[in-house]
Amino acid sequence: MDHITNISRRAFLIGSAALAGGVAFGTWSFAQDAVTDVPNPLLPGLGPNAASFNPWVKISPDKITLITPHADVGQGVASAQAILIAEEMDLDLGQFDTEFGPPSAAYWNTGLVNEFVPFTETDRSPAAEAAREGARKYLKESGLQITGGSSTIPDSYEKLRMAGAVARETLKAAAAKRSGVTLAEIRTQSGQVILPDGTKIPYGQLAAEAAQLPPIQNVTLRAPSQWRLIGKPTERVDIRAKATGALKFGIDQTVDGMVFASVKLNPYKGGALTAFDAGKAGAMPGVKKVLQITNGVAVIASNSWYAMQAVDAVECTWAKGSYPAEQAEHWAAVEASFSPAKVDKEWRNEGDIAAALKDATVIDAEYRAPYVAHQPLEPLNAIAIVRDDAAEIWVGHQMPRIVQSMVATLTGLKPEQVVFHNQWSGGSFGHRLEFENVRTVIEIAKEMRGTPVKVVFSREEDFLQDFPRQIAMARNRGVVRDGKIIAADMHFASASAVRSQFGRLGMPSQGPDTQIPAGIWNMTYAIPNYRATTYAVEGVSPTSSWRSVGASTGGFFAECFIDELIHAAGLDPLKARIAMSTIDVYRKVLEAVGEMSDWKGPLGNGKGRGVAFMEAFGVPIAEVVEVSATDKGIKIDKIWIAAEVGKVVDPVNFENLVQGGVVWGLGHAINCELTYSQGAAQQTNYTSHEGMRMYQCPPIEVRGLENGADIHGIGEPPTAISPPALANAIFAATGRRLREMPFNKSIDFV
Amino acid sequence: MIELTVNGEKRQTDVSPDMPLLWVLRDEFGITGPKYGCGIAQCGACTVHINGVAVRSCQARIGELGGAKVLTIEGLGAQSLHAVQRAWIDHQVPQCGYCQTGQIMQAAALLDKTPKPTDEDIDMAMSGNLCRCGTYVRIRAAIHAAAEKL
Repeated sequence: MDHITNISRRAFLIGSAALAGGVAFGTWSFAQDAVTDVPNPLLPGLGPNAASFNPWVKISPDKITLITPHADVGQGVASAQAILIAEEMDLDLGQFDTEFGPPSAAYWNTGLVNEFVPFTETDRSPAAEAAREGARKYLKESGLQITGGSSTIPDSYEKLRMAGAVARETLKAAAAKRSGVTLAEIRTQSGQVILPDGTKIPYGQLAAEAAQLPPIQNVTLRAPSQWRLIGKPTERVDIRAKATGALKFGIDQTVDGMVFASVKLNPYKGGALTAFDAGKAGAMPGVKKVLQITNGVAVIASNSWYAMQAVDAVECTWAKGSYPAEQAEHWAAVEASFSPAKVDKEWRNEGDIAAALKDATVIDAEYRAPYVAHQPLEPLNAIAIVRDDAAEIWVGHQMPRIVQSMVATLTGLKPEQVVFHNQWSGGSFGHRLEFENVRTVIEIAKEMRGTPVKVVFSREEDFLQDFPRQIAMARNRGVVRDGKIIAADMHFASASAVRSQFGRLGMPSQGPDTQIPAGIWNMTYAIPNYRATTYAVEGVSPTSSWRSVGASTGGFFAECFIDELIHAAGLDPLKARIAMSTIDVYRKVLEAVGEMSDWKGPLGNGKGRGVAFMEAFGVPIAEVVEVSATDKGIKIDKIWIAAEVGKVVDPVNFENLVQGGVVWGLGHAINCELTYSQGAAQQTNYTSHEGMRMYQCPPIEVRGLENGADIHGIGEPPTAISPPALANAIFAATGRRLREMPFNKSIDFV
Repeated sequence: MIELTVNGEKRQTDVSPDMPLLWVLRDEFGITGPKYGCGIAQCGACTVHINGVAVRSCQARIGELGGAKVLTIEGLGAQSLHAVQRAWIDHQVPQCGYCQTGQIMQAAALLDKTPKPTDEDIDMAMSGNLCRCGTYVRIRAAIHAAAEKL
């Protein structure tokens, strides 16, 4: 894995220690990074009379193709990226196709910078800026092409508009050269260059001439007042195909001569296969072959169902994996991590916390968040064909370059001999950052050299091989006096999903995990004595990024405990949060949900409202949940949620994504956990890991605020803020504090 | 040999009679609108109409479907978009979209029986269809909108 080795030599920096060191900061140009540094990966494959001015735009005489390299796993980023390019190119919706594009360092993610740097969004201090500059350099030099962390919009917002503007100006230059008029006299509209005499030349007709010109890099972006697409409701490029069934997901693709495979891997993840008996499986209908692969077996058949049935019938003996067999041991490991030796980092220490905690009435509370599975509805799958001099793979994935280099390593080929076709994905929530499907399909395809192989994991196998969300606990203490919060001492112990995830790729992490303290390193309330400490839990299950990552547990731990202190101080939960806000733009988010929900304090009559607020992925986000306590359990009546993102690129997609984030956050908080017995996950289908269904879903009112200077994505934050808002509402309605997810362990829901 | 009608076309297959209709459609006939999600009728992504009734095709054994008339999402809007599909587009319901072909088939069956459903009717009919992306608010709105147009 050539480039992975390069990355790992530099170590994967996820903390501040290695970054806040003193790299000089200066003006940094998206445009430079976008268009000059890495060779344009589209140029080698261009047809005759076609042009590509940068890695995002391809024009041939009959077609305009916009490259949207961030993987679309349902969050709508194919559309969002295309809109940003089309805005500056003066293209209308329907005038272009989109493609995911090839693996390339040209698509390195500029938008993850803030996730690497533990400084609040509004912190512009030299130390913060220096850390950001260091992170940018690292991300750029490693060419990390990755979708995740709500980073698509921050990565694309300026860069892709620049890419569109470069294409527009270069097409204009080609038209000027052809017609002999000056650039200043030429304009563009609806995919055409318009000459001063009114002559309209479609872009496609200028492609061959434009391809001969050096792309014009010195461009000016349109003023927001001129925008036709950005900020307005647009029909997503994939909506029609998804409503007619025409859209092909990875699992729907076919390749001529393809065979169908399914796998059974050691459910004690990471353990070996010690023996197997395929006598029965080999004789089952449709079966072509049974293969041993690393830590498991595969069946190749004429139909996915035959393959799944037969692989299920293979009798396997497994070795143990490397983590505790029983769930209780996992919890014991978390509990034992609250010790000075296990401190990952003390993130903040303000005032005199030790003195403040000498108060006789210290409030303390312990919180728990379990492992949770990802389980997007499209199960893991992939198609691959391996030949002596080349390999090809079709799979929906969020790290294209790493797929390419992994396939190269597994086949002994060079990365440039591996063709990767990214696919529309039926959800991810972090699952398509993992590689079990890639590894297994290549191992099988190597044995079936020259024959295309499609592997589909059964739902049960997908659950068993899922690397879940981190298990975590909090032990928080606080003091209130005279109607004020005087002290908060927050201690989180958590498995490190990021470390586990990149460790599996041979990319060691350096420095403390910035995800574990999500919600406490960046808590923005004015609390005079405040400390935030995290502990790294080791020796538990391998884990992986799950929608909103550290914030999915940290938000719950932080905002429920703050709510406990607010109630202990006798304050109104919303007004107290507003009063404690130290950043104007953040306060406005709280004021927005107050206004939307017409917050007036306690409701009575078995009804309760809870509020929660945090910064997650740079987004200040607030949510109010209203519930009723009925005879049969808690009913969620209504939700209001507001988030500050700088600019809402598409209000319809924004609303949908926020509503979906709420549903994801609440559904799992209510009824999902993944537990281990004999090393295997005990939940293997949606019967025991359900998430939210339609009947539980209340109306969800959404508002996007645009008061801030920074542009943010919205995929992750709503998931993080929803569990504490619900738990706080249940407290308001019933007087019961829920300190452990899933909530249905302690209270019923209707 | 089993013969059935799929989206108005006669089809034949000689697979094992135990094979669920879902896998006959997907891997034998190349009709991929019905999706595999759970295999145990928990998610509804494989929903099709068999003789006019919404059914989880992962549970319908092909051996019992001789002569059956099967309608998939591909057939639902073959002539012109069904009102439910139009509403799905107008309301931009899908996120990842993987469950949506099943949601649409379920919603179309609901409106066949209950032309003007209440929220409660919708919750009852649709709660067997999981949407992991959480588009339920839009699904509800789109079904009401489709009901207005039918």
